[in-house]
Amino acid sequence: MHESSALAAGKRTLSVLLVVAGFLATWQIIVLITKPPEYLLPSPMAIGKELAIAPGWYFYHALRTIGATLLGFLAALLIGCVAAVGIVYSRVLENTLYTLLVALNSIPKIALAPLFIIWLGTGLTSKVAVSFTIAVFAIVVDTVLGLRSVDPDAVDLFRSLRGTALQTLVRLRFPNALPYLFAGMKVAISLALVGAIAGEFVASQAGLGYVILAAEGSFETTRVFAAIFLLGVLGTILFFAVELLERIVCPWHVSQRK
Amino acid sequence: MSGAALNTPRSADGQNGGSVRIQGGGKIYPVRNGSVTALKDVNVSVAGGEFISILGPSGCGKSTLLRCVAGLDQLTTGSVTLGGKPIDGPPLDMGFVFQRDVLLDWLNVIDNVLLPCQIKKLSIAAWEPKARALLGFIGLKGFELRRPWELSGGMRQRVAICRALLLNPSLLLMDEPFGALDAMTRDELNLELQDIWLANAATVLFVTHSISEAIFLADRVLVMSRSPGRIVEIIDVVLPRPRPLSVREAPEFIQYVSHIRRLFEGFGILRGTHARE
Repeated sequence: MHESSALAAGKRTLSVLLVVAGFLATWQIIVLITKPPEYLLPSPMAIGKELAIAPGWYFYHALRTIGATLLGFLAALLIGCVAAVGIVYSRVLENTLYTLLVALNSIPKIALAPLFIIWLGTGLTSKVAVSFTIAVFAIVVDTVLGLRSVDPDAVDLFRSLRGTALQTLVRLRFPNALPYLFAGMKVAISLALVGAIAGEFVASQAGLGYVILAAEGSFETTRVFAAIFLLGVLGTILFFAVELLERIVCPWHVSQRK
Repeated sequence: MSGAALNTPRSADGQNGGSVRIQGGGKIYPVRNGSVTALKDVNVSVAGGEFISILGPSGCGKSTLLRCVAGLDQLTTGSVTLGGKPIDGPPLDMGFVFQRDVLLDWLNVIDNVLLPCQIKKLSIAAWEPKARALLGFIGLKGFELRRPWELSGGMRQRVAICRALLLNPSLLLMDEPFGALDAMTRDELNLELQDIWLANAATVLFVTHSISEAIFLADRVLVMSRSPGRIVEIIDVVLPRPRPLSVREAPEFIQYVSHIRRLFEGFGILRGTHARE
């Protein structure tokens, strides 16, 4: 990375941290002044203390949620890309699979979570399934768009060189679709986390969703907030991880040029 | 500039290898209410190593004609033969230059030039010196590792020309390659293209809508008219080579220009004040 872009990234991180710190400080001051009962609104300090008491326990549950999220996301990425290629190259798949996907997508997928629990049990698999279901649509739609948005002249160039369909896919359509794919991935990674939590809400023995639900039952609001705080941090890290990957994989795209 | 750097003398087989013959060429496009005749009864015979300009107004089918020779499109009637053989699909030793450069953004300059090698599964190592020589010849030495978006329009089109020339094609097809460039860059590229052609064995079919560009570059100019697209005259351009830009001020050159303009005016394509009277 260039000196200047490293500096810019540093500045950006700093400004994000400042905004978050300002938000927490305001919250702390409001709690100090209005003194609401802790089961309604705990202070950031109290949440921090809660996290500090049992970091290992929170880490374990966060790890479970990360696992479900990443597995769901990766499955969505893999299967979504393959489905997109099928849809672009096959009229039959376009008319069946794509239509079906659009129809399924209009169902709030969280409503499917109880079904997955029935089918796959209360363990990790059902969480991964919900996470996958909710994330895959964004990947498919954006990848289909990217594979199709190829300059017709570039396709003719490959034809003029007698390139095979596979070469046109691998050397032209796929690289061309990468920026679109990453746009889909950024949406999908956040949705995958939503899916994992939704699955944990319905039935689970571990994960941050389980922590929230269990703590809510006993009015341990500070613990609920601690888990929500971790979810916020998690979601942010996952999002920026995808963005970092994009910078590495397609530095040539307009949006990434310096 | 020296053609020796390219190491591709006018080849012995070139005279026949790059010959193009179109007989009774017709192209009809189906449209909603019937059909459109894009090309009608096109007959032309091009010798190997000849430089042909295809000149006409937009919609005269000149790009369609070129695409049919390239095997990217098919004639409805008639035939195209290359080196005496009818074409089936894009010929193996053909280079095509599009109006837009279609460089791949994710490849650097040298890899873009080497793309034909990649696709035809030839040794990159064997062809890289040729790619570098071509880039050097056309004034892009030192730009090998740059990305396409770091280059100007003229430089990008130069890279596209190098890509088309990489595998020593016996047939080079160019579809208004300089149409999107500014006038001065266009002049430069006309000169460079002449140098490249003089150093190579290739037959060139060059589509343009600029009368002066067509005459400057060509051995023969195919003048086309529209509705239906057809060849109205084939003009031999007898001017010594290499031609400097100043040849465009020579009386013979100006005669060619006015002759072609009168042809177009006769078909109601260019309406000067003279034609309206």
